Amino acid sequence: MPSICFYFQVHQPYRVGKYTFFDIGSRHDYEDVEKDKSITRKVAQKCYLPANNLILKLINKYKGWFKVSYSISGTALDQFNEYAPEVIDSFKRLSDTGCVEFMNETYYHSLAFLFSKPEFTQQVNLHKRRIKELFGQTPRVFRNTELIYNNELGAMAESMGYKAVLAEGADHVLGWRSPNFVYQPAGCYKTKLLLRNYRLSDDIAFRFSNRHWDKYPLSADKFVQWVKQINGSGEVINLFMDYETFGEHQWEDTGIFNFMENLPEKLTQIPEFNFVTPSEEAELYDPVAQLDVPSFVSWADVERDLTAWMGNNMQLEALERVYSLERKVKRTRSPELLDTWRKLQTGDHFYYMCTKWFSDGDVHKYFNPYTSPYDAYINYMNVLSDFTDVLDANIPARRENHERQQYRSISI
Amino acid sequence: MKVLMFGWEFPPHISGGLGTACYGLTQGLSKKGVDITFVIPRLTDRTTRSHVRLIDYTDALREYAVQGTTTKWLKRLKVMAVESLLAPYVTEETYLEMVKKISSTGKKTTKIAEKSDVFDLSNDYGPNIFESVSRYASIAGVIASQESFDVIHVHDWMTIPAGMEAKYVSGKPLVVHVHALEFDRSGMHVNQRIYDIERAGMESADHVITVSHYTKARIIEYYGIPAGKISVVHNAVSRQESFNKYHVKKSPLRKYVLFLGRITFQKGPDYFVEAAKLVLEKARNTHFIMAGSGDMMPRLIERVSELRMGSNFHFVGFLRGEDVERAFAMSDVYVMPSVSEPFGISALEGAVYDTPVIVSRQSGVTEVLNHSLKVDFWDIRELANKILGVLSYGGIHDEITSNAKKDLRNITWEMAGSKILDVYTNLI
Repeated sequence: MPSICFYFQVHQPYRVGKYTFFDIGSRHDYEDVEKDKSITRKVAQKCYLPANNLILKLINKYKGWFKVSYSISGTALDQFNEYAPEVIDSFKRLSDTGCVEFMNETYYHSLAFLFSKPEFTQQVNLHKRRIKELFGQTPRVFRNTELIYNNELGAMAESMGYKAVLAEGADHVLGWRSPNFVYQPAGCYKTKLLLRNYRLSDDIAFRFSNRHWDKYPLSADKFVQWVKQINGSGEVINLFMDYETFGEHQWEDTGIFNFMENLPEKLTQIPEFNFVTPSEEAELYDPVAQLDVPSFVSWADVERDLTAWMGNNMQLEALERVYSLERKVKRTRSPELLDTWRKLQTGDHFYYMCTKWFSDGDVHKYFNPYTSPYDAYINYMNVLSDFTDVLDANIPARRENHERQQYRSISI
Repeated sequence: MKVLMFGWEFPPHISGGLGTACYGLTQGLSKKGVDITFVIPRLTDRTTRSHVRLIDYTDALREYAVQGTTTKWLKRLKVMAVESLLAPYVTEETYLEMVKKISSTGKKTTKIAEKSDVFDLSNDYGPNIFESVSRYASIAGVIASQESFDVIHVHDWMTIPAGMEAKYVSGKPLVVHVHALEFDRSGMHVNQRIYDIERAGMESADHVITVSHYTKARIIEYYGIPAGKISVVHNAVSRQESFNKYHVKKSPLRKYVLFLGRITFQKGPDYFVEAAKLVLEKARNTHFIMAGSGDMMPRLIERVSELRMGSNFHFVGFLRGEDVERAFAMSDVYVMPSVSEPFGISALEGAVYDTPVIVSRQSGVTEVLNHSLKVDFWDIRELANKILGVLSYGGIHDEITSNAKKDLRNITWEMAGSKILDVYTNLI
């Protein structure tokens, strides 16, 4: 009697527009508003609205049996609000069914946990309030950006009072163990650890329309057979994936919507089978063991580590630079500058600078608006240079010039 | 496998990338066991015009190679120079006489010998070059009747008539290797006669090799050659590791930006000058080095003075050997803003010397050198933005150079050699 837990990630970053060295000091608008608007509207039409309709239909059809969960980044929510408010309404309708759980993450889909705990906490709380305000539920489960996780994050989740935290069921973390049980973060006694079954999740999210895949085409029947095989050797199957899988990564004509529509029906064949949300899963199942995860894991690339965002010196320099501005930003007491700074923390900006071209490289290229990671880096650093100057101009005058000079070494 | 190859230049006497490429390609082929007879016209000023002689030039070449790397492959390579070929005063009669004298078989007379004006060689472009090309072709016929070989391989338009002639005489398959097109050198102001030679050569060739997909596409578009007849063989670079012998201590205060190439329309030196002006507005301690010579140089010197940036912009002339290495080693970024570059080996050299490279998107080398910065040659502002980015932000230099080194591992002359060998094998 395994349970399936569906969790869909919904995220859209604010895109940084073309910003050259010559723009530094002359304009301070970094966002590509037109692009944000057009992408948000496009993905709303192709994915969010039709997928939400389908989920709503399934929930109504199965009267409380079918359940899903979401984590929606704050940057996505804000852009829906601005460019596609009907998406927010449709999520509200889903929330009203009582069969949908919303999880908590960093508002700006950032890597703040790795660089500043105070900033991390603020973004998490900001997101929690926003979810409460929009959907009337207080999130009880936490998932960090890109499922970045280690023992410390598990402990933090417990100290913040979450029932559960999510992570990648990576081989190098699990060893011989199965992801199909509930675990507990090392050293915790309350919070549970829910691990993504990456094989089954990626069968849907990545391989669904891959004609070179030996299991192609994937039908609901076939998938249910695989689920049945787990019966007895596991209690839960955590299917965690980007929501954009539906209609955006896998286009409608691949049959992804039909697959999803047929899946619950086929799963009714399995006796005592049910759907759960993450917090239900944490309540229903006892942890089989504590899991020691000393170094960071994530759900990205084949490495399942941090190298998609922190794998080279350009990424590290950019991250260190943006987080080094925290004190300055907060001293300005300007909500606008704080917001701009936080938008610049969104993980996507650093993902674009990744130079791992081969094997994973094609995935990176697909998601990359820049023609090369070097272009992404130069553009981002130009923006940071200007933003640093803007901050300096906005804090009560003191000897800040000295710091600025360090970064602009060639313009002496 | 024996190949009769016709080139225009060969180290040590080179004026650009063609000689370097021919050296590398023959090296790669020799290592695959291919025997090559390489014929070049020697561009000398000597006044011995009366006769054409075939001279074994291998000794001089061996000297050159000793300075370079290994010499084992040289044993398979025989270089012949057709001395005084450029002499414009050989008449049809003396030429026929000469052919009789040289050709032991005497069975065939060449096409050119029968009809001297295969190409209309009158005025305009400078008749000498066409005459030279034509005479080179006639000599090619003689050589083709003397040598034994399986394939004829020619490099660029100057050698195309030679290849056609050799094919006519011997009946062996002809491979035309395109390193540059008239469209690359002259933009839209093409010399019709050169275009005609290129087109005729590629049409009569049994196979065409280009140095990039970029050039292949242009050949299909402008010359109407079917795609199936064209293979792409990317160039490479000889030395993979820099020896760091010019361990130039780079100053954080003074940055060098390098242009290295012929100062001609094709190489886009004027875009480099204009970008320099923009860079200097933001970073006054940047220095620009323009290495090379060419017909645009006087105009650019004037432009640099007009922009009042003479103290930061240095014309250093045509560099050779170690000076080239030193120039790369001391520079913080190498810029190749070519208007149309079939390949661009010097971008790979930049990578060898750990110098980040900015190349125009209109360059074939971008197909193999992933880890470089790319700009449209006309986008001066973006070029300046990228130069400033590389000079200002520390993270990029090591990342781009170490990744470019990885690119280089997959770009070797041996690989080029084996691809060419495949082409040969399919022809015989």
